[in-house]
Amino acid sequence: MRQSSIIDIISPVMAGPSSSHTAGAVRLGLLAKNVYNAKPDKVTFKLYNSYALTGKGHGTDKGLLAGVLGFSVDDERIKNIFDTPEAKEIEYEFEFLEDFNRHPNAVDFIFEGGLNFTVSGDSVGAGEILVTKINNFSVNLNGKYNTILLVYDDKPGVISKVTGLIQADNVNIASLHCDRSGKGKDASMCICIDGDLTKNCLNALSDLKDMYIVRYIRKLEK
Amino acid sequence: MNNVNTFRQLYYTCKEKNKNIYETALDYEASQGENSEYQIRLQAKKSLDAMKDAIKIGLNCTEPSPSGMSGDDCDKLQKSNVKSILGTTPQKIMAYALATSEQNLRMGRIVACPTAGSCGIVPAVLIAYAEDNNISENEQINALITAGEVGRLVANKMALAGAVGGCQAECGVASAMSAAALTQMRGGSVKQIINAVALALKNILGLTCDPVCGLVEIPCVKRNPFLAIHAVTASELAMADIISKIPIDEVVDAMEQTGQLMSPLLKESSQGGLAKTKTAIALEKNILK
Repeated sequence: MRQSSIIDIISPVMAGPSSSHTAGAVRLGLLAKNVYNAKPDKVTFKLYNSYALTGKGHGTDKGLLAGVLGFSVDDERIKNIFDTPEAKEIEYEFEFLEDFNRHPNAVDFIFEGGLNFTVSGDSVGAGEILVTKINNFSVNLNGKYNTILLVYDDKPGVISKVTGLIQADNVNIASLHCDRSGKGKDASMCICIDGDLTKNCLNALSDLKDMYIVRYIRKLEK
Repeated sequence: MNNVNTFRQLYYTCKEKNKNIYETALDYEASQGENSEYQIRLQAKKSLDAMKDAIKIGLNCTEPSPSGMSGDDCDKLQKSNVKSILGTTPQKIMAYALATSEQNLRMGRIVACPTAGSCGIVPAVLIAYAEDNNISENEQINALITAGEVGRLVANKMALAGAVGGCQAECGVASAMSAAALTQMRGGSVKQIINAVALALKNILGLTCDPVCGLVEIPCVKRNPFLAIHAVTASELAMADIISKIPIDEVVDAMEQTGQLMSPLLKESSQGGLAKTKTAIALEKNILK
């Protein structure tokens, strides 16, 4: 059982009206932005189920865009986000869908630009979020830990090399989640850590053989 | 330090060390290594300031919510010239609860304490009482930490989300937290505070979450002043040494079970209760299109 803290109970300070549909949406946007880690040309937001049905009244669309633009959950500009200069700098589009295989509060971010990336996540209640999929890989990101996302060739020994490099950086692994598209095909690793990783360690990870994608996804501010 | 995961453990730890609830809570969090006393006090101060700002803005605003269904109730209450039978502090509590809830609808800045839908309850009780009784900022922070500890202990057993436990888990818990904060500020003992929590929670068991049009609006806005006054009742009874015959930890277990037994139609899905009344369906047609 995860212990909650008093801080979770008496915060966040946020723009209303809903922790799941507004603050959760901003946090999903912020985490998706941290995953993409570049300025996109265009973002398409696909909102599902309750997010699609009641999102407008809760400002879910505004929250998602605000997050992608880097606004924090308590920013009062969220209310008028479509009119901000930041919003006018990118192209964006919303789609409202129903899919009962998805979480009631699910969203896909489709980033287009130098790199194309799809990030999927759910707002799981009380402002807590979970990014569940990045491109085709299942992940488990809640924004509470700095996280390393790796995509590589599914070969023996990669996990050991990676964890060895992280250990050499004197960093503790809080959780490790692996997935692959098939035996010997693309594999992914999602590593949540305590503390921060050095640039050298990240470079060493990028230099590993058979490594395609190395992303360092920063945790969200409280 | 011993575990503090239940109210029973909290009570005995306070008793053994001769400490208040907020002191034990701060010691416990520090012992867990995640948050220092300084960090928690800093967040409490930040939250308290944001609560006061929301009240101040909300009291003077009549801008309607995006749906157009609400936004002027706080103004109406303040302008009422009917003599209140409750007295000035409870009147103030109701006005502050409406002010905050209406600010929430306008996408204003509020504190989710514990959730956005229940954001008016703790600030209303805490700040109205503090203003009328010259409670120092430091004591207000202590009261907010006491409330936070109550929320934390309930959250250890069940998620504070309408979709999981119904409104009892949102406005109900906010009311219990407020009862604790109020009893703390009134100089109540640890036992009295814990009984105030038990009495508040016990008397909202079964409260459903059936928001009209799926928006945090009807009945949420007006439910905030109701459950703020509910907290006052709990504190009044507890200060008179009235005891909850069912101990608080068992009340929380009952609340969790009640939440599980509650139909999903009544848990933030807007598929039953008030959300499916004739009027709600008509509103839905007008608003969501």
